[in-house]
Amino acid sequence: MSVGIVLISHSHELVEGLRKILHQIQPEVEIAIAGGTEENEIGTSAIKIKQAIEKADSESGVAVLFDLGSALLNAQLAVELLETNTKVAFCDAPLVEGAYTAVIEAGIGSSLEEVVKAAESVKEVPKLL
Amino acid sequence: MNQQNMKDWLILANERIQEQKDYLSELDRAIGDGDHGVNMARGFQEVSNKLATQEFTDIGAMLQQVAMTLIGKVGGASGPLYGTAFLKASTALKGKGECTNIDLANALNEALKGIKLRGKAEIGEKTMVDVWEPVVSKWLDNPEAGMDELIEFTHECMVETKAMEAKKGRAAYLGKRSIGTFDPGAVSSELLFSSLFTVLKGAAS
Repeated sequence: MSVGIVLISHSHELVEGLRKILHQIQPEVEIAIAGGTEENEIGTSAIKIKQAIEKADSESGVAVLFDLGSALLNAQLAVELLETNTKVAFCDAPLVEGAYTAVIEAGIGSSLEEVVKAAESVKEVPKLL
Repeated sequence: MNQQNMKDWLILANERIQEQKDYLSELDRAIGDGDHGVNMARGFQEVSNKLATQEFTDIGAMLQQVAMTLIGKVGGASGPLYGTAFLKASTALKGKGECTNIDLANALNEALKGIKLRGKAEIGEKTMVDVWEPVVSKWLDNPEAGMDELIEFTHECMVETKAMEAKKGRAAYLGKRSIGTFDPGAVSSELLFSSLFTVLKGAAS
């Protein structure tokens, strides 16, 4: 099974939209989202992130991409709250471009390490050619 | 300290946070994103509601419920920070029906370690750690310290954050412009500790 992807943002709509884009590219990759607070207001929720990781979980592990501020704190807390031994890796990458690259990499059956490396490599890619 | 004292503490802390909700948000608007009061008020109101209606097997279980409520309801960076703090404290007090002041001070020291690890913050960086660390270590060094003295010391620690330059969180982007305002997390931490010492003072008399 391919690596699962979790998208975390302060806005539910932001990651919902991003998931739609990514799903069109690689429909077979499991992409779970955790956007906004439990009430879908602006913020992040460790509980929601934990549920998203569980949903995206595969034997190959889960790559996590996130936006700002408290997203990382809540994501790290979510991993500590997990009751499973899921392999989880955080991508030090911009959310949109990183997720795009991660999903393509996951779709060709790469390992969690390779998916993370691919996502992080986008930091070096200029957007204006 | 028994379960009722612990409940009284957190219910009093909630009352103070509700009173200071606008003030906390105002401080946060100056150097953060302006939601600290609203977030803390929402989280602690829920904690207060749960404590008022539920009984727990022990104080560790109670604090775990507090942690999960804060994690779920606070939002912002304060949710995982306060949530982690109470989660660590709950582990330290697991299975205890009641505890001594020293037990509690040790549990709060575990909580402090959790906060520092989660937020990667050290003392002097204009964060909640600037209240937590000196207050917990003063209490641990001198468990017989008077509650009024601890309340006053907690306030002094909070006041000291005014002159500090923020190194963590959104306030760090402001650099030197963050100097001159109290840190909102230090203020909410003072409310939490002063409520605790007030309740302990009442319980002892």
